[in-house]
Amino acid sequence: MANSDNNRRKFMATTLQSVGLTALGGLLWSGYSDEAKASPLVLRPPGALAEKDFLDACIKCGMCAEACVNRESNVDKETGKQRPGTLQMAKGGDHRLIGTPFFTPRDVPCYMCDDIPCVPVCPSGALDMPSLLNEKKELDINKATMGLAVVHKESCIAFWGLQCDACYRACPLLDEAISLQYQKNERTGKHAFLLPVVHSDVCTGCGLCEKACVTEKPAIFVLPREHSMGKAGSHYVKGWDIKDQQRVGNRKAEEIETKTKRSEKAPVDYLNKEIEY
Amino acid sequence: MALNRREFLKSAAAASAASAAGIAVPSSLSAAATDAQKDWRWDKAACRFCGTGCGIMLATKGGRIVAVKGDPAAPVNRGLNCIKGYFNAKIMYGADRLKTPLLRMNDKGEFDKHGKFRPVSWKRAFDEMEKYAKKALKASGPEGVAVFASGQYTVMEGYAAQKMMKAGFRSNAIDPNARHCMASAVVGFYQTFGIDEPSGCYDDIEITDTIVTWGSNMAEMHPILWSRVTDRKLSNPDKVKVVNIQTYTHRTCDLGDFNIIFSPSTDLALWNYIAHEIVYNHPEAIDWDFVKENIVFTAGPLNIGYGMRRAGEKSITPVRADGSAGKYSAKEMEIINKEMSKKISAKEAPALAPYGIKEGDVMKNTAGTLKHWKISFEEYKKSLEPFTLDYVAKIAKGDPNESIDSFKKKLKMLADLYIEKGRKVVSFWTMGMNQHTRGTWVNTLSYNVHFLLNKQALPGNGAFSLTGQPSACGTAREVGTFCHRLPADMMVKNPKHRAHAEKIWGIPAGTLNPVGNQHIMKIHRDIEDGVVKFAWVNVCNAYQDSASASHWIKAAREMDNFIVTSDGYPGISAMVSDLVLPSAMIYEKWGAYGNAERRTQHWRQQVLPVGHAMSDTWQWVEFSKRFTVKDLWGPYTLRNKKKLADVRKDAKKLGYNDNTTMYEILFANKKGKSYKINMNKFPQKGYDNSECNGDSRNVKGENGKVFKGYGFMIHEYLFEEYASFGRGHGHDLAPFEVYHKVRGLKWPVVDGKETQWRFNVKYDPYAAKAAKKAGSKSTHAFYGPLAKKILQGNLKGPDKKLGKYALPNKAKIFARPYMDPPEMPDANYDTWLCTGRVLEHWHSGTMTMRVPELFRAVPEALCYMHPGDAKAKGLKRGELAWVESRRGKVKARIETRGRNRPPQGLVFVPWFDEKVFINKVCLDATCPMSKQTDYKKCAVKITKA
Repeated sequence: MANSDNNRRKFMATTLQSVGLTALGGLLWSGYSDEAKASPLVLRPPGALAEKDFLDACIKCGMCAEACVNRESNVDKETGKQRPGTLQMAKGGDHRLIGTPFFTPRDVPCYMCDDIPCVPVCPSGALDMPSLLNEKKELDINKATMGLAVVHKESCIAFWGLQCDACYRACPLLDEAISLQYQKNERTGKHAFLLPVVHSDVCTGCGLCEKACVTEKPAIFVLPREHSMGKAGSHYVKGWDIKDQQRVGNRKAEEIETKTKRSEKAPVDYLNKEIEY
Repeated sequence: MALNRREFLKSAAAASAASAAGIAVPSSLSAAATDAQKDWRWDKAACRFCGTGCGIMLATKGGRIVAVKGDPAAPVNRGLNCIKGYFNAKIMYGADRLKTPLLRMNDKGEFDKHGKFRPVSWKRAFDEMEKYAKKALKASGPEGVAVFASGQYTVMEGYAAQKMMKAGFRSNAIDPNARHCMASAVVGFYQTFGIDEPSGCYDDIEITDTIVTWGSNMAEMHPILWSRVTDRKLSNPDKVKVVNIQTYTHRTCDLGDFNIIFSPSTDLALWNYIAHEIVYNHPEAIDWDFVKENIVFTAGPLNIGYGMRRAGEKSITPVRADGSAGKYSAKEMEIINKEMSKKISAKEAPALAPYGIKEGDVMKNTAGTLKHWKISFEEYKKSLEPFTLDYVAKIAKGDPNESIDSFKKKLKMLADLYIEKGRKVVSFWTMGMNQHTRGTWVNTLSYNVHFLLNKQALPGNGAFSLTGQPSACGTAREVGTFCHRLPADMMVKNPKHRAHAEKIWGIPAGTLNPVGNQHIMKIHRDIEDGVVKFAWVNVCNAYQDSASASHWIKAAREMDNFIVTSDGYPGISAMVSDLVLPSAMIYEKWGAYGNAERRTQHWRQQVLPVGHAMSDTWQWVEFSKRFTVKDLWGPYTLRNKKKLADVRKDAKKLGYNDNTTMYEILFANKKGKSYKINMNKFPQKGYDNSECNGDSRNVKGENGKVFKGYGFMIHEYLFEEYASFGRGHGHDLAPFEVYHKVRGLKWPVVDGKETQWRFNVKYDPYAAKAAKKAGSKSTHAFYGPLAKKILQGNLKGPDKKLGKYALPNKAKIFARPYMDPPEMPDANYDTWLCTGRVLEHWHSGTMTMRVPELFRAVPEALCYMHPGDAKAKGLKRGELAWVESRRGKVKARIETRGRNRPPQGLVFVPWFDEKVFINKVCLDATCPMSKQTDYKKCAVKITKA
C-alpha cells in the first residue's frame, strides 16, 4: 500500500512536471532545467520531509500555501485585507523546483502559528503531521525544523559591541532558540557585548530573526538544517554532559574500523615491502 | 591621483568590505581608500534619542550626513551605540520630510479649518499665526496662547520659546512632553532635595554592588547604560546583584538575580515594606548620625485626587441624569467622578489606618497640592506600621501563578540587599515610577530607604532617576520650559525669581505672569473648554502622546481655535493641525542637549536643512518680529481674577516704545548683538549657521524677503544668557566654546571641573561651601533652596500653633502610604493595560518608522498578553483583537511569545505606532502633584476583532 502510494505520488509529480514543460514551451527550457535541479538552499514549510523525500512526496497542489495565506490572523489591521502569505508556490524564475512550496524569511517569515494551518491540509504526507505532534499528541509548532538561523559574526553589529539584539527580541522562542551571551568589552572597559547565540536544538528556522535584522543584508539568516549544521563524531562523548551519549546513538561494533592511506595495506604487505637504505 | 572615478568608488568599497571582514588591505589600496573619503568631514554631536546621552561622530559630504560612528572619546558610550543610535545618519532623510509650510485652505486660497493642506510661504504662515495668536489673546488673554513644548528641544530652542512665551506673551501656557515623562521625578527632587536632578551619575554603575531597577525596562530603553550594568555584573558575578521590580517580565529581567512582578501601583507598598523592615526589624541599620544631621521627617495630605478634570469645569458640565456630563460619556465619568470623592477600598484601608482612615470611608478630594509639614520620627514610624511582609505580599503580588511564599521570599531578599551593611546599592527607575497617579509619592519613597541607610549621594550609592528624553534634563528642566518654571529651578510664582528673570531679560518689572498652572494636560483641557485658542506644537507629537486622545483631537478639529505643528515629518499632530511648519532636524542646526547625569553636550550645524525647513529657534525669533510692546504688554485679567499690570509705560523707561518689537527686546538686543559672528575662528569656522548668516537655499523669511541671517551669534547668546541664570546658584555651566572642545560636562561646573556626586561635601563644591558656612561637620549638605521652611504637625495634619520649621541643608523623608489608582480592572474591564516603548522605535515613531531597517524590524505595535489569558478569551497568537477601555478602542495583533511576558491579568501595548493609537484607550489621570499622566495603568477588555 505504502509503496503504491509512493508510486502514485511519483507519477503525479512527473505528470505535473511534464505539464509544466509543455506549458512553458521550448523557449524557457534552459531556465526550467535549472529550476528542475533546484537550489539546495530552499526553506520548506513546517513538517516537510527531508528534501529528497519531500520532492518525491509533494504533489504541488498548493493547499499549504493556500491555508497559510487564508489563515484568520493573516489580515492587515487597517484595510482588513489579506497580507501576502509566508508560503509561496515556486514559479518560473524563483529558482526553486516549480510548483513546490517554500518561503523567504526576509520577505515574509513563518509566524509559527499555534495551530499550524499549513500542515493538516497536506494531502500527500509531504508535510508530515506526526513529526509536529508533542507528547500530548497536539500540534506543536516548536517541533518544526524548517531551517536553522546562522549568525555571520563580522557583519552582526552586536559583535561590534553595539546594543542591538533585534533578532533576539524578534525570536518567538526568545531565550530558548536565541539567547544572549554576555561578554566584557575590554576595549571600552565598562560595557558588555550582548551576543546572539542560536541554539540548533530549539531553533525552528521560522526566520523572524532574519526579517528583523537591521543590517543591510541580514547578518543572521536561515539555512536548511543540513546546510547549516555540522556533526561531531560519534566516538567521543562529552564527559561533562550526561545526555550527550544520546547524541552518539548505538554504534555497531562490526562497523568500527578506521582506514587512512597509511593503514590501507595489510600488515604483511607493508612489512614485506623492504626498506630502502 | 591617477585613479579615475570608477576606480575610486571601487577601491573605497573594497576597503570598507575588507575592513568589515577583518582582512588586511594592502597599504597602497588603503591609501587610495582614504583619498576617496578625504572630503568626509567628521565632527562630534550627541545622539538624537534617549536620555542616556551617547556621543557620536558624524561624517558629512556634499551637504548630507553620509555616516555616523560612536564617539570613542565619549565617556558615556566610548564609541558604542544602540540600534537607534546606529541609524542617526538616516533619520533626517525620510522621503516624506516636510519641506515647506502647509496651511489648510479653501479653493480661494483662504485659511479654512475644513480645507486641505496646501503649500504656503513662511510669510503667509506667520501672517496666519500672528492673526490667530492675536485673536486668542483678545479672547482669553495670555492664558489663551499655548505651546506644547519638548524634552527634545535643543537648549537654545527651548530658551527662545520660553522667553517669547513668558516675557513676550506673558503666558505660562508652555509645557513640554517632558511633563509626561519626568515631572514626578522633578517634584520628587524638589520635595526631597529642594533642587532638581539626580545627585549621582553613571559612574555609580561601575562602583556599586547592587543594581535594582524599579519600573524600568533599562535593557530596551537605555541600552548603553544596560550594557554597563551587564559589564558590572560580569566583573563580579557573585558579589554584584541585579534585581528587577516590574509589573511584567521583560528584557531587563534577563540579567536579574531575581525579579519581582508586582501588581500595578503597589510599588508604593514595596518601598514602604523595605522601610518597615529597616525601622522595625533592623533599627541598627539606620545611620542615625547621618539622619539626625541631614534629614527631617515630613507628611502631606492624602486626599489629593488623581489629576483628572474637576467638577464645574466647562467640558464636564452639565451633569446629566444618565451619568454623562458635558463632553464625557457616563462610562468616562465613572472614573472622573473619583477625582472629587472616592470610597476607601479593602486593599488600601490598612495602609491608611495610621492616618485615621478606614475601609468604606468616603474620601473627599481636593485638587493636588505640594503642601507638606514636619513630623516626628515616631509619626513616620507609625506610618510604616501596616507595611508588614504579610500585608504587602498580599496586595503586591502581581503574578497570580506565583506562590505567596515565593513572593515573600523575594521581598525579604530585596530588603536584605538594601540593608546589608557595606553593600552599595543603586536604585534606577524610569516611567514605571513617574507615570503613576502617586508618582511624586513613590519617587520620594525611594529616597527614604536610601537616606535611612546613608546610601544616597555617595559613589555607587543612591536612588537615580533615568531620564527618557535626550534633553528632558538639559532643556525642559534646566531651561524650565514648564508652565511653573523659569531657568535654573526658579519659579514663576516666586516674586523674587520673576524680578531676577525680568532683570536678565531686560523687561519691565511686573511683566511676568505669576500664575503658572497650564501644564500639558491642562492645555489640552483648556482647548476643549474653549479657553486656549492658539496652540503651537514644538518638537513633540502632542496629539499622539496624550491620553484620552480622542477628546483633544476632536477639540482641535471642531472648535474655534488655531493649531500649529512644527515638525520634521508629518504625524498625528500635524494631521490634526491647521498649519504645519517644516522644522530643521537635529544636525541641521547648532544645538545642545543635557542628559540624565547632568551632562551638557553641544554640537555644530553639520548640514543645511532639507527644503525650506528652518530651526524652531528661527521660527520663534521670526514670530517675535510680529509682536510689539503695544500688542502684548497692556493690562490683562486672568481667569482667577488676578491682574497683570499694564507695563507699557515702564517699557518706555527701558528705552522701548509702543512699536518696539519683541525681536528687538528679547533677541536682537544689545547683549545679543555683542556675540559676534566670526567665521575665521573656532568653533564657527567652517560650519554652516543658517540662523546667523542665512544660507545658499535663500529661504524667504517672515517678511517675504530672502533671509540673510540675524548677523550675530544667536546660539551662543541664547546659551550664555540662559547659563547666566544658574551660574553661582548650583547650576553652573561652562562657557559655550568649552563645550565644543569637550565630550560634555556634568554640572555644576565649578572652576572648570564637573561634579560627579552632588550634596556630598567631598565632591560637590556647593555642598562644601554650604557646610562650611553652616559650621557643619556633616558629610553632606542638601543645599537645594526650595521649601526649606515648613509647618509642623503629625500624620493627620499640620498644627499652625507650632510655627514654621527651618531646615537649611537638610533633605526630607516623607510618610506616604499605598493608595489605589482611580481605575482598576473590574468585571467589565478585566485587564490592566500598561503602555511603553520598544528599543527599535523612538516615541511616536516619526523618525524611526522612516528608517527602513527599524521599520522592518518592528513594523507594528503588538498587544503582548499571557497565553493563558489569550486562550481563555478565545484569541490566537497573531490574530487581531480589540483593546477597549471606557474611552476608546484600538485593534492590535496578539502576541503571547516574545520580549514582553505579562502575568495573567495584564497586557502591554507600545505607543509608537499611530495605527495602534493606544492613547485613545489610556486615561488622562495624573499624579495630582506633578501632573504627569499615568500611562502604565488603566482597565481594558480584550475581545476578538
